[in-house]
Amino acid sequence: MYHFLVRRILGALVILLIITAVTFFLFFAIPRDPARLACGKICPPETLELVRHNMGIDEPVFLQYWHWLAGIFAGREFTYGHCDAPCLGYSFVNQEPIFDAIVDRFPTTLSLTIGAAVVFLLFGVGTGMIAAARRGRAADKIASSASLVGASMQIYFVGVLATWVLVDRLRVLERPAYHDFTADPFAWAGGLLLPWLVLSIIFTANYTRMTRSSMVEQLSEDYVRTARAKGMSSRTVFLRFAWRGAMGPIITIFGVDLGTLLGGAIITEQTFSLHGIGELSIKAVVNQDLPMLLGVVLVSAAAIVVFNIVVDAAYAVIDPRVRLS
Amino acid sequence: MGQGIDFRQRFLQWFLKAGRAARPALSLGARSTMTTPVPAAPGTAAEPVADPKASVPVTTGRSPGRLMWLRFRRDRTGVASAVVVAFFLLVAICAPLISWVYGKDPYTQYGQERPGLLNEFGYPILPNGGISPEFWFGLEPGLGRDVFMLLVYGIRTSLLIAGAATVLTTLIGVVVGITAGYAGGRTDYLVGRVIDILLSFPSTLFFIAFMPVVESVFVSAQEETPTWLRAASLITVLTMFGWATIARLLRGQVLSLREREFVEAARVSGASPARIVFKELLPNLWTPIIIQATLLLPLFVTTEAGLSFLGVGIVEPTPDWGRMIQRGAEVYRDDITFLIFPGVAMVIFVLAFNLLGDSVRDALDPKTRR
Repeated sequence: MYHFLVRRILGALVILLIITAVTFFLFFAIPRDPARLACGKICPPETLELVRHNMGIDEPVFLQYWHWLAGIFAGREFTYGHCDAPCLGYSFVNQEPIFDAIVDRFPTTLSLTIGAAVVFLLFGVGTGMIAAARRGRAADKIASSASLVGASMQIYFVGVLATWVLVDRLRVLERPAYHDFTADPFAWAGGLLLPWLVLSIIFTANYTRMTRSSMVEQLSEDYVRTARAKGMSSRTVFLRFAWRGAMGPIITIFGVDLGTLLGGAIITEQTFSLHGIGELSIKAVVNQDLPMLLGVVLVSAAAIVVFNIVVDAAYAVIDPRVRLS
Repeated sequence: MGQGIDFRQRFLQWFLKAGRAARPALSLGARSTMTTPVPAAPGTAAEPVADPKASVPVTTGRSPGRLMWLRFRRDRTGVASAVVVAFFLLVAICAPLISWVYGKDPYTQYGQERPGLLNEFGYPILPNGGISPEFWFGLEPGLGRDVFMLLVYGIRTSLLIAGAATVLTTLIGVVVGITAGYAGGRTDYLVGRVIDILLSFPSTLFFIAFMPVVESVFVSAQEETPTWLRAASLITVLTMFGWATIARLLRGQVLSLREREFVEAARVSGASPARIVFKELLPNLWTPIIIQATLLLPLFVTTEAGLSFLGVGIVEPTPDWGRMIQRGAEVYRDDITFLIFPGVAMVIFVLAFNLLGDSVRDALDPKTRR
């Protein structure tokens, strides 16, 4: 286990290094001068030079990347002030340290992810299990068709439509917004309920299909037949044996989805005007804010690789046959 | 009238036949003993289009393609969704013809040019988004273009970009996957790591981030980006992050196929690597390739629309569903109709394609149980 973790974490660090480097160098391919953008329309050459120097973009690209990397561990000095140890740089567009901006936005993304994950795990896996248990009967057919329709939905359409119907017309739900959980948990849940539901539509559909097929596969295994043959009730076989076997692939996908969502559900956040990591990344791209983009990319990619490792480790705990090597 | 009855009869017969055919298990393992599960229906004589082969038990000589087609034809959902998909394709191809018959185009701002169509806030005066005999699906709020024409031409944009991206992604994925799997060793290791890294990229974020990068490779920042270039950039970005999945899948398939006896036999008998890849491996890989491609196309359609929704996809004045939905999301409180049309069109198209994909999958690979 220990060796496995060390190796995987080293591998993850290499991947993060490559991803940020790719982002960094590719962004320099854009022939745009951020200093000129920051400086404004009328910009004398000497001011431009000064702005460049303050931004640190008068150095060679490699050195800039190195400074960025070093800043994460050791902090950095900007002319605008000191930036403490996990320093991801300074956004010259937003006039704030990147790390602060991300920390500021993270609760929104985290709340969105947790809520949606609870909804789609509960409904998706639940429906999938029922469909597998009632295979070929009405419940299965309804669940299967519903999941096919659900998987064909698009958040940017359904989200707006649901807002119109449930918020503007029927007034049964609150307008989506983020409220601080510690201040008022009810306002927090109320404001995020619609985004949770809409974001989880596609996921629920996919989890239903996956759970169903995984369960059906498990139920045709020999051990299920043996358990039934020795007189175990089908309920016990279903809930105690087959279920456990079927969860492997679900957990793998769940880890990947969780990692992706934590990096910002860009379209959902944009649809409901939530100010999370995803919205931050859109702004960073639109404003050509490289330091911000790098910060968001690092966080998103880190979420994905971390959850990949967690999933692999969890897999070994659930299924003792899997050896970590 | 007589023709109507005839049609109804034929439909009934087809319906019964399809219902009966769906029930018996498709035992295709025993190909030689397989008979057509449709016995000659009573009243076949009255049926003008009865397939002559259907009443004769066929025992041998069906190609895999023919078997697949037979299986597919029995799948009612599959046939229905194929019709819907074909309809969308037809509309896309015939867009100029439809425009000519309908007498409008997707670029003219009718609401701006003619008074009495839009009110002072830019919204259609007539209810339901300005639907009228003249403007079938209403008018776009603000610019006042014809929604029906925007939708029809929007299919072209969607399908062109998604189609091209699907073909390119599949091609690159297949070539890389087979090469890595067949060559093995260092090549395989290297390709495997590249795929690992690509799959760790936060994809939506990179689609957005790379659009300006790819574009700037072609044009400098000052110039106006032409539409075809925007489309080419979209295709490039979608392909860049799309091929890894299919390559990984095929690599795994090739790895297991490579050790099989028939490949060994071919190698021993002196076949060149090219011959082994194209004549021995590829025929065994068509099923996963086609399945992946049918999964990719709807995915790319929605991704392309999503990017346009976020404002980094296709730009004005090219009609695009994603941008229509974006505009619809801006005005939904005052004119929900404008959101409904592209949204519903897209759901129908994606649903039909997903269903078609499922049916094709079942037809190609009847052993998988769903």
